[in-house]
Amino acid sequence: MTLDNIQEIAIRHWPDIKPRLDLSHSLCEMECELEDIPDVCKWLSLEMHYVFAGLIVEEGSSDWELRYVFYSDHEPGWIYILTHQPLSDPAFPSISGFLHAADWHEREAEDLFGLYFAGHPRLGDFVLHNERWQEKLRPMLHSFDGKKSVEHRMPDLEWKPNLIVKAPGAFGMTIGPKFSGVTEPVHFLLETVGEDVIRTIPRLFYKYRAIEKIAERLTTESTLLLAERFAATTAFAHSLAFVQSIENICGIKVPERAQVLRVLLAELERLRHHVGAVQEICESTALAVATSQAAIMEEELLRLSGWFTGHRYLFGLAVPGGLNKEFDDSVCHEAVQQAKAILKRFDRLEEMLRVSSSFLDRLEEVGIVNQLEAMKHGLVGPVARASGITRDLRKVQPYSGYEAYTFEVPCEQEGDGYARLRVLFEEARQSVKIMEQATASLPGGPVFSEVRIKPGSALGWVEAPRGAAFHWLRIGEDGRVSRYRLITPSFVNWHGFHVAAENFAFQDFPIILATFDLSVAENDR
Amino acid sequence: MSQWVRKGLATGIKTTCYPGREETAPGVSPGLPLGGDYPEKQASELVKRCTVGALSFQNHKLVVDYRRCVHCYRCIRGVTLPIAWQQGYEWATDTNIIETRKKFVRAFDRSLNIIVVDTGDCGACLNEVRQLNNPYYNMHRLGFFITPTPREADVLLIVGPLTDHMREPLRKVYDAIPMPKWVIAVGACALSGGVFSPSFVCDENISEFLPVDVEVPGQPPPPLAILHALLVVAGLKPPASLITQSVSLKHEEVKKQ
Repeated sequence: MTLDNIQEIAIRHWPDIKPRLDLSHSLCEMECELEDIPDVCKWLSLEMHYVFAGLIVEEGSSDWELRYVFYSDHEPGWIYILTHQPLSDPAFPSISGFLHAADWHEREAEDLFGLYFAGHPRLGDFVLHNERWQEKLRPMLHSFDGKKSVEHRMPDLEWKPNLIVKAPGAFGMTIGPKFSGVTEPVHFLLETVGEDVIRTIPRLFYKYRAIEKIAERLTTESTLLLAERFAATTAFAHSLAFVQSIENICGIKVPERAQVLRVLLAELERLRHHVGAVQEICESTALAVATSQAAIMEEELLRLSGWFTGHRYLFGLAVPGGLNKEFDDSVCHEAVQQAKAILKRFDRLEEMLRVSSSFLDRLEEVGIVNQLEAMKHGLVGPVARASGITRDLRKVQPYSGYEAYTFEVPCEQEGDGYARLRVLFEEARQSVKIMEQATASLPGGPVFSEVRIKPGSALGWVEAPRGAAFHWLRIGEDGRVSRYRLITPSFVNWHGFHVAAENFAFQDFPIILATFDLSVAENDR
Repeated sequence: MSQWVRKGLATGIKTTCYPGREETAPGVSPGLPLGGDYPEKQASELVKRCTVGALSFQNHKLVVDYRRCVHCYRCIRGVTLPIAWQQGYEWATDTNIIETRKKFVRAFDRSLNIIVVDTGDCGACLNEVRQLNNPYYNMHRLGFFITPTPREADVLLIVGPLTDHMREPLRKVYDAIPMPKWVIAVGACALSGGVFSPSFVCDENISEFLPVDVEVPGQPPPPLAILHALLVVAGLKPPASLITQSVSLKHEEVKKQ
């Protein structure tokens, strides 16, 4: 169904809607009355099968602007549901009752902006931990100075977690924020009855660096550094999303050669990330030789990236208007040849893993997320594709010329750890396939075109290695950033993690965590 | 399961020749910009390009503050006259050479247990620390082990800017490590806050919070640079002299720029 059809139906249902159609960007904005928001969102997601991407809150000069972003699963098309409310009255209806994917978005907006979502069952103590920060501290408000330190509250020594499981012998086991060897800080509360874990409650935002706040008033150049560095294991994907949002605002056509090279670099990063993710899965099952084999390949891909681009994590490449660095054709061919050689060994590793019964026993039927739960939580990336959701922004909302490449989006139905592992292997193969196509048709010409920063706002999106990432950027009249909103795949998948970590034996916990392929840095921002 | 044994043996030895000899494989290090004598016009263009305040022009010399350099490559790409670039990876510097050496080197006769704490890292430094266990770097051969418990640790290795939520956990880990102990701060974010500081959640450097003994610049420092830091702690390698204390800019000055 095309955007104008949807717009027609919407106006028939809700005559108050003020639509604005922008077909050149496959975009439809619908300005709604506050009380219509839940119904419109419900209709769009449940009947029109649009996917919820995220909630963007902006503090205007006189009113709040809430933007619910949806996109189509089948064809290029974006719908923004907009609503305004005076600054003095920050109360909104909650939509997470029927659209569970919006749950954490609403909690975040409540915690950082002080908005109230009527009907939401659990607000407060989310990003800013209550034991550290004063109540009513709203750091995302324009009136809050993000550079100054604030006074903290005294720690509450009496605080105890609220346990829900009531059974003989039940107790809460806490893990983190510092746990195990080389891990990111996150806190888990496992409610257990002996060996069996009934439920898992992750507590995040130990690494909250307030990226969205410190980006305010910065130049786009400085913000690019933040976009690249807040989750650096997928740095190129996020910097690409950010520069695409600038290019969308300024209406820049990126030179063809830069587009192809961007695809090449993005797929190189995806390959490296997936090899690293497989390494972690092998490590979690304590299969030492396989861990070493995958680690060798990851290091070789890091060295390949370092040799090819100058930086092992692809920093400093994407800039608005193209790329910061020119690559020789022969160097690109050489890089792809090396990646192919590594992939061959990666394939061999998969063959060997598939016949290692002790390894499979640990992964199969562990951490199951069925399709319904995955849809309810709006999971993205390899995790969603292992649960039967064939969705990939490179296919459904192509960017940077992805529509010109032939590749498949792998999909598995079981939703267990093994399905997620297979998806990672298959995606790595597809990435190399795309890299080959990119170098085969490498056009000539420049890799950079001049950009003049204009005021405006736009969304940039990419399929990052961990899933769909959205960067919303508004540039003010002075050419500086006035709002930067990051919606990351890990934020979405952490929200759904508890589904996989329910009713399992404790020794499977590291495996469930590794197969879910989560980044705390990407979630915490 | 014999396939794995055969696979392991067939792979052979991958381990780097460092620290015996220099590692020369391509892509092991991103390198760092090199300060020194530059024409004033070129230097002022480079200083202007550097949005993080790592470059400054002092006494007719271009000075690089390695604590602040975040590898954005803006001083080498997209400029008419790029800065000189140095390869290499022996970047770890000792903050208080004489005293710390006297006190500790004999106490840790070569074998170290390391506890790694992530205090807000973007993932890159942590991933590079993780690489130290892979067959290419294989730090076990040098007697370095990662331990999950602070009670066993000799060295506290910190990555990332110090976020507010991680202050208390970091303090607890530090206090739980028995004396004598060393602290290694890894990466530009740990040394200066990087691009995330100053802000209401990251308003203090690690070195203002804890006594740091060894600093490793770079974003992220490659595994060999982190290995070099451990070798410095074990007294097996001399520290580099990259960071000069006098050029390190304080928060306020950077804010003004």
